[in-house]
Amino acid sequence: MVLIFADQIEGQIKKQGFEAVSYGAKIAENLGTTAEVLVLGTVDNANEALAALGKYGATKVHYASNAIFDTFDAQVYAAAIADAVAAVGANVVVFSHTTTGKAIAPRLSARLKAGLVAGAISLPDITSGFVVKKLVFSGKAFAHVGVNTPIKVISLNPNAFGVKQQEGTAEVIALDLKPMAGKITVKEVNKITGTVPLGEAELVISGGRGLKGPENWYLVEDLANEIGAATACSRAVADAHWRPHHEHVGQTGGAVAPNLYFAIGISGAIQHLAGVNRSKTIVVINKDPEAPFFKAADYGIVGDAFVVMPKIVEAVKKMKATS
Amino acid sequence: MKILVCISKTPDTTAKIAFTDNNTKFAEAGVQFIVNPYDEWYALVRALELKEAGTATSVSLINVGGADNDPIIRKALAIGGDDAIRVNATEGDSYYIASQIAAVAKEGAYDLIFTGKETIDYNGSCIGGMISEILEVPYISLATALAADGNQLTVTREIEGGEELDILSLPAVISCQKGMAEQRIPNMKGIMGARTKPLTVKDPVEADVLTTIVAFELPPAKAGVKLVSADEPEELVRLLHEEAKVF
Repeated sequence: MVLIFADQIEGQIKKQGFEAVSYGAKIAENLGTTAEVLVLGTVDNANEALAALGKYGATKVHYASNAIFDTFDAQVYAAAIADAVAAVGANVVVFSHTTTGKAIAPRLSARLKAGLVAGAISLPDITSGFVVKKLVFSGKAFAHVGVNTPIKVISLNPNAFGVKQQEGTAEVIALDLKPMAGKITVKEVNKITGTVPLGEAELVISGGRGLKGPENWYLVEDLANEIGAATACSRAVADAHWRPHHEHVGQTGGAVAPNLYFAIGISGAIQHLAGVNRSKTIVVINKDPEAPFFKAADYGIVGDAFVVMPKIVEAVKKMKATS
Repeated sequence: MKILVCISKTPDTTAKIAFTDNNTKFAEAGVQFIVNPYDEWYALVRALELKEAGTATSVSLINVGGADNDPIIRKALAIGGDDAIRVNATEGDSYYIASQIAAVAKEGAYDLIFTGKETIDYNGSCIGGMISEILEVPYISLATALAADGNQLTVTREIEGGEELDILSLPAVISCQKGMAEQRIPNMKGIMGARTKPLTVKDPVEADVLTTIVAFELPPAKAGVKLVSADEPEELVRLLHEEAKVF
């Protein structure tokens, strides 16, 4: 049986959770078994919200609503998930490779001595063994990783599989786990509000030093607002404090894999590419035709962003009005 | 407080990635190797700062690998650290490596273990979590700031769409990323001193290997960029809408 850990964030299952369930359901189908979900902590409107995970292919949702889980402690979570794996008899455990998955999956792997593929980008190949493809060398290559243990743990890169909806309702079952006492106290949580979180975004508009100063960020934001995209920036921009650090993408900042990465005035140093090269479509606007980013791009315009970007925003508005 | 910093050897960020032996081995010929940037810039430097502030009593480095890793370990020691340990093992997966580090950490009674947030070659983000589970201690991943007061740590970590401030007691394992510290360039004194710092080589302990890389694969070459004239930005919008179908 395939058990998917669906992370609840402030009482809700988010897009990455739906994607992990969709992915786990397809693995279960290929293995001829069922996909069941594990949810820890308090979920708003739980019966309805969890039954709805059937839409992504889950037959059952095991729900352990113990309040201890409302404070995240990877040690407590991994121990509880290990107990759940034993209780429900799972042999494949799926996580999303998010900040939460990155903290728990390795602990669970070590606890169960179950091989882990961290950052999977494809369904397991089960024709001979259990082999999962993942990105290595910061996106410059793939590795096919064989898992040699009876229980397999996979954490799926966000946006690598996509959310797949179908008809269905899952049976919600209360799961009684006996969590250990946590050793971490959460003192403060600071969320960036009012914007599309970068990690979840399907569309990202990003600006670099070519925009000359923070006062010109309307060139990024106008398009982002028009198409509902998140905004991001290069390291130079974050280091100059033109934009907040959480917007920095690249090797030292965050890695993103949206459907569209639209780079304005970013030269495309190899360190920047390492954080964005998983994007499905890359667009580059740069006045320097020699900018290395063009080599990694799908579409490009060699031109002045100050002239080109307002025209693009107009064209998008026109397209939206006619479609 | 004794700190153990995990140091990995990785190809330089700009290295050309290629494979040999029927795509089962990374082609090392001509590749420049470096200390994994997250280990060096954030984990090691923050550990050194804690020692300079008098919070940590010692900073030791650990690496799992063959003798050809020694130059990288010396490079890290040139930035700082009292001594280094290399577990002499060249095979194995992340669980095997984590088991080696955990064994050394236990034997040396280290209070705080730092790793980088991931290595830039295998990009697993696994070692810290696995070490913490084997040692049965708390783990904070993707930390961007850390303060220590006696036995107590205050750590800021990245969460989805924001950050969280956590308080915990030693012992602990922390994976470090940008924000923890600023990169340091080794000076001549550090480079000279690194040559004589103790580097102990240990034999590996028995540990399982849970996964194996069956094959590597290079991504297909990009079809090449489709350039649109700066005078026709609406054509770009049409292509994104109709061809790439991104909006």
